Amino acid sequence: MSAAGTTAVTVGTKAEPAEFGPLTTRMFARYAGASGDFNPMHYDDTLARAAGYPSVFSQGMHSAALLASFAVDWLGADTVRRFRVRFREQVWPGDVLTCTGEVTAAERRGDGLLVTVELTATRQTGGVAIGASADFLLPG
Amino acid sequence: MDAPMGSRGTEYEMVVERGKIREFATAMQSRHEAYEGPDAVVPPTFLTSSALWAPEGARVDVGFDRKRLLHGEQEYVFHGPPPRAGQVLKVVDRIEDRYEKPGKRGGQMRFAVVVTEYRTEDGTLVAEGRSTLIETAPKGGAA
Repeated sequence: MSAAGTTAVTVGTKAEPAEFGPLTTRMFARYAGASGDFNPMHYDDTLARAAGYPSVFSQGMHSAALLASFAVDWLGADTVRRFRVRFREQVWPGDVLTCTGEVTAAERRGDGLLVTVELTATRQTGGVAIGASADFLLPG
Repeated sequence: MDAPMGSRGTEYEMVVERGKIREFATAMQSRHEAYEGPDAVVPPTFLTSSALWAPEGARVDVGFDRKRLLHGEQEYVFHGPPPRAGQVLKVVDRIEDRYEKPGKRGGQMRFAVVVTEYRTEDGTLVAEGRSTLIETAPKGGAA
């Protein structure tokens, strides 16, 4: 995928879906280091089980970052102006997240085309892990 | 003590580092070229790592019980292109809102919205983070 030209983007335009996974504890540990969120529930299986969870689970912000990666591949890195995520279902080792996106608004401004997109990361079970809304200011 | 609405944390400095951007991009499984090189731009959720730069006690404490704490939503707003490697940001938290709702099984759920402001050294507001934190109702329904 490459950043979309403004001529190709209008209300109803959908991104080519993309998958992340199967996710691993190693990925959660890598995200812990990158973000500084060292809650052990995300990489220490013994502690997670002792706390009553079936295993470790992904940081919500890790899944959000994967969805952000998808959105940036679609609409660009410099162009993002807002990115909001809502945390829904927990994400576990072995999960595969399928990311989808659709343009829900497009406003022509003096400095470009401001597009609003709705994004979703869905688990292989069909459950929605993360819902997101984002704005991108596309040049031209 | 629960910090009241409007209270602010202590301002601290965050240096936007090229290596940290690369590490974050790898963790988000991105190979986008904008995250490479000396002018690398920050990914949409990168500013969450500003917590790494906060001295102890600098961030606002909403006073929620960590065992009942949930992160409901997170938003980042950029007032222009996102910050780049080499920039020094001044960061401060403030509590934008607090409210309560009845829990589904009794008791009160508490909500707090914490805004984190990111300014350049000349004071220009370039980005804001907005976290919605939730404290679930105590077990047994006691408020």
